[in-house]
Amino acid sequence: MASDNRKTLKTKTYYLWVGLFFVLLTGLIGFLYYSTAKIDYVWRWHRVPRYFVYENNVEIKSEIEGTVHKISIKNGKAVILIKNEATGESYDIYPENIMVSQGDYVYMGDVLSTHKQWETGLLLKGLWLTLKVSVIAIILGTILGLFGGIARVSSNPALKWASATYVETIRGSPLLVQIFIWYFVLGTLINNILAQYSINPLPPLWYGIASLACFAGAYVAEIVRAGIQSIHRGQSEAARSLGMTYSQAMRHVILPQAILRILPPLAGQFISLIKDSSLLGIIAIRELTKATREAVTSSLQPFELWFSCAILYLVLTFSLSLIVQYMERRMLVND
Amino acid sequence: MIEVSNISKTFYAPHEINALVNVSNKIKKGEVVVVIGPSGSGKSTFLRCLNRLETADSGKIYIHGVDILSPKTNINKIRAELGMVFQSFNLFPHKTALQNLVLAQTVVRKHSKKKALEKAMALLKKVGIEDKAGVYPDNLSGGQQQRVAIARALAMEPKAMLFDEPTSALDPEMIGEVLEVMRTLAKEGMTMVVVTHEMGFAKEVADRVIFMDNGAIIEEADPEHFFTNPVHQRTKLFLDQIL
Repeated sequence: MASDNRKTLKTKTYYLWVGLFFVLLTGLIGFLYYSTAKIDYVWRWHRVPRYFVYENNVEIKSEIEGTVHKISIKNGKAVILIKNEATGESYDIYPENIMVSQGDYVYMGDVLSTHKQWETGLLLKGLWLTLKVSVIAIILGTILGLFGGIARVSSNPALKWASATYVETIRGSPLLVQIFIWYFVLGTLINNILAQYSINPLPPLWYGIASLACFAGAYVAEIVRAGIQSIHRGQSEAARSLGMTYSQAMRHVILPQAILRILPPLAGQFISLIKDSSLLGIIAIRELTKATREAVTSSLQPFELWFSCAILYLVLTFSLSLIVQYMERRMLVND
Repeated sequence: MIEVSNISKTFYAPHEINALVNVSNKIKKGEVVVVIGPSGSGKSTFLRCLNRLETADSGKIYIHGVDILSPKTNINKIRAELGMVFQSFNLFPHKTALQNLVLAQTVVRKHSKKKALEKAMALLKKVGIEDKAGVYPDNLSGGQQQRVAIARALAMEPKAMLFDEPTSALDPEMIGEVLEVMRTLAKEGMTMVVVTHEMGFAKEVADRVIFMDNGAIIEEADPEHFFTNPVHQRTKLFLDQIL
């Protein structure tokens, strides 16, 4: 391997440059810290974790009016039974913090007991949604792009021009507008049709995913086209002269070779897609960016939360980079 | 077996070239025909027209009586019957030598994997590189790659073989091993059309030598007459230059 060769060639100057890199990195971090300390802002990083997970105080309230007939505690669980002339109702509660006692008269909405419960915060929920949207859009976008790219190099004018039109219009118009069109125009139309057959309307999430997949697909199509065209013509000539059809040659000879060249630019495209998903907030999908915005509005801690948001995106994109690098290495070994 | 009548082919890019002008020829079963000529004379185009890697603009080409220029002809079926060997080998780099031989057998001929593997092994043995079966093309020498390419074409059990300058990209010390394989094939009675600059091979193996220049067949004869007694001035000039 090339990297092994390089290891044996390490000299003093090499380590000097490595040292310089770390000095610069520390300098940059130091500068960032200095400038954040300088600005007139009260940093409350300790308040950030609650946007990931927080302990919620859950209140169990009575839904009827009546007397507390009985409180029974068994195996760490408690049951309160409330009765009036007409009916009775029982509540499963946690015994730690019971607010009423036997014989009390309660009204509708009175708190019977409280308990603490861990819940996922806004940022973590947003992160999960961003991940979900991105993964589905990446899969759909890749499939769309693969067919788009193959159509682009086809000699059939219908396929070729359809693909070119798709690529040029999608690449040439803002994603924001496309999201609007998907949700407000296509979405309304599709949901109206669904309603006619008494099927539930699709949630905005799916229109968001569709717009992202469609957008990424156009770029992937160009990447796939370039990958296919980068394979030497002799390869398809050899395959065809053995009697393979166009699609057999594509499937067994051209695409397996093209995929290695496609992977690195594809990774870049997927990283873009993850960041582009931040636009989905405009159609009320509460992904990471929208979740952060909501958290900022209620907390008045914009700096900490936006920093956290950026770091979470970095975690997603960097993991994706690593996955693609791993796949690349594995394919090279298989070759 | 191969019948070519009056084919012409013009290329328009990068600039207009009449690569073939009214070329006709008949190649009989079992015949070994060597095509020579200066570069740009149309000999490779002629060969590539025979399995429609290039489509002739006009004229007729019959392979086994089938008109291959007719749109009704299934060209894939014809191509499977005509083995093609390229100057730059064009082995599939993502497959081992053995897999290179197996692929088209299973995909095109629909042979079972087992049958294809047996055939592939036997052919690698025939061209003398069965010990390189599991090696990828990048790790083979040029001569070995070209022998794998010949074996790959043979795996389809072709009725005829087309060679497009099979030794031109090889280092001199590797030319012999490839020519040896071709010589064996000729002896076994394979119909062969060979575009080459190897005059020694032409003299020794060819039944007939064709000289092309400027897209036309200038002269054809059996090797003895061709090399000792060429008729045309252009043939003489060409032979003087290279011999």
